[in-house]
Amino acid sequence: MARRYLPVAAFAGLIVAIQLGTLSIGAEYHLTQLTMTAYYSLVVVGLCMLIGYAGQISLGHAGFFAIGGYVTAFLTTWDLKTNHGAVVSLLERSGALVSRHDVYGGNLLTVHPWLACAAAILLTVAVAFLVGGPVLKLKGHYLAMATLGIGIIVYRIVLGTDFLGASDGISEVPGFPLPGGLLISGDASSRISNYYLAWGLVILGMALLLNLIQSRVGRALSAVHGAEDAAGAMGIPTSRYKLNVFVLSAVFAGLAGVFLTHYNGGIGPSEAGVMKSVRYVAIVAIGGMANLWGSLSMSLVLNYLSLRGYFGTYDDTVFGAILILIMLFAPDGLLRRHLVSDLKRMVSRNPVEEDAP
Amino acid sequence: MLGGMTAVTLNQFVPMPLAILLAVIVTMIVGAVIEIVFIRWLYKPSVLRMVIITIGISILIREIALHIWGESVKALPYFTGSSISSINLGGVYVSSQVLWVVGIGALAVAALTVFFNLTMLGRQMRACAANRDAARLCGIDTGNMVTLSFMLSAAIGAIGGCVVCPITYVQFDSGTPLAIKGFTVAILGGLGNSTAAVGAGMILGILESFSIWVLPTAYKEAISIAILLAILFVKPSGIFGSAEAARLKEF
Repeated sequence: MARRYLPVAAFAGLIVAIQLGTLSIGAEYHLTQLTMTAYYSLVVVGLCMLIGYAGQISLGHAGFFAIGGYVTAFLTTWDLKTNHGAVVSLLERSGALVSRHDVYGGNLLTVHPWLACAAAILLTVAVAFLVGGPVLKLKGHYLAMATLGIGIIVYRIVLGTDFLGASDGISEVPGFPLPGGLLISGDASSRISNYYLAWGLVILGMALLLNLIQSRVGRALSAVHGAEDAAGAMGIPTSRYKLNVFVLSAVFAGLAGVFLTHYNGGIGPSEAGVMKSVRYVAIVAIGGMANLWGSLSMSLVLNYLSLRGYFGTYDDTVFGAILILIMLFAPDGLLRRHLVSDLKRMVSRNPVEEDAP
Repeated sequence: MLGGMTAVTLNQFVPMPLAILLAVIVTMIVGAVIEIVFIRWLYKPSVLRMVIITIGISILIREIALHIWGESVKALPYFTGSSISSINLGGVYVSSQVLWVVGIGALAVAALTVFFNLTMLGRQMRACAANRDAARLCGIDTGNMVTLSFMLSAAIGAIGGCVVCPITYVQFDSGTPLAIKGFTVAILGGLGNSTAAVGAGMILGILESFSIWVLPTAYKEAISIAILLAILFVKPSGIFGSAEAARLKEF
């Protein structure tokens, strides 16, 4: 039991160390990108669960991210003051609506962020259930193309819908209030608290997934991954497990979308783009497919470098190239679980190809 | 996209028919190089792995095109006439370029049908698609067949790009939607059936064009993908393909 949580504690230590490190060199502004990295990492670990442990690929996770982000952005910026219906006044009396001032000093009456978040997650779950059922029956390139298609449909819808801001996206999204006076927002004064909130969420998610993998469900999933027919013959409801993991990883993506939107104060259609989905898959691939820690650490490094702009105009190229190289040379992922033993075997059998994986 | 862009660039130096021919050859070479560098030496790759690799390659090509040609929209001039001239076909006025597209499309399908059914090379390629090991046992060089099929489909894609780009224009990111549409049409018609693919392509195009009556134009792209999903869910063998034939295929 204690051994299982040792890596989690170590990771939490690393997060604290990074924060103290930036503090000591006076570069706290890095924490902004690191916070955004945390939310993207949440998508990545969810996707890692789906790809690595359930063996199903999804090239449409940016779509779920965008559903979460857009729903909360729309609901928390949509002024309800102009339409006085019975529903609106009922919601207002029950405390579901909040009144606040926009940047021009005008009064806005919008849905409370918590309610918006709940709506976003509900919609993500609903879409994932509706789509996941038929999609997960597909295999191989059909599955890849179908999930890619879902991502593109979401992208096209947010790009073509006026009340979602079309190509401008939605901006001026308020912060997300938490108990204890904390607020998820991009405000520079709350940078450190936001950094810990974001990574705390990631660690919570990781703990949840690690527990799931160690459980009966996790063992059933790895059986599905290994040999689906055999797992079915052993009495594992394969399609239900696959669907549940798909929905779970979609919820991770949706939740990340919600919080990143509140943190950034807005969301644009590029968050739903194909390149984002490809990027998540590339990070999971380089992280070793069925290796949550590998995916998390790669996500931390690559997302941070990308958000700081170290890749310049070659941003997409880097992730495309990573995807090709991993699929060519190490289709099981780079930091895979049995890497050390694989390496040993390869060296003993074929000493020339020492650096092959 | 690559074919159209190359043709536009070459058209500045050489006459248009030559530019198109050269563009098709360049694209064929690129297709062959991609196959030899990325696909050929893989030992029994799974289809999914190849799909992910080709998605990665398409991203790389797109980024390279962006760095070479920039973001500007380009087009070839109309083959005959101009963008405002039209031909009267029994009371219907049609742009001459549309006739070129239809004509060359028909020609390409006819040529492919002849190639696959009547020439030795085409038959070898079909044998390779049906069962690679059996084809190898019959003395067919399956590796070369795969390279050839990459070149062939790259060439057809390039011809399509050249013919259509006077109407639709071409820019660095016009490849990806076309690839997905191409996949949709191929699935719709049943994989490996070029005549049915034409019919499927026409159905898709008409559905997409008429969808703007009921939905905003911005959703046009989503329509073809929704059709793809519907087909995949309901009848993965395609509307013209038979379920038995699809089951015989290995993937």
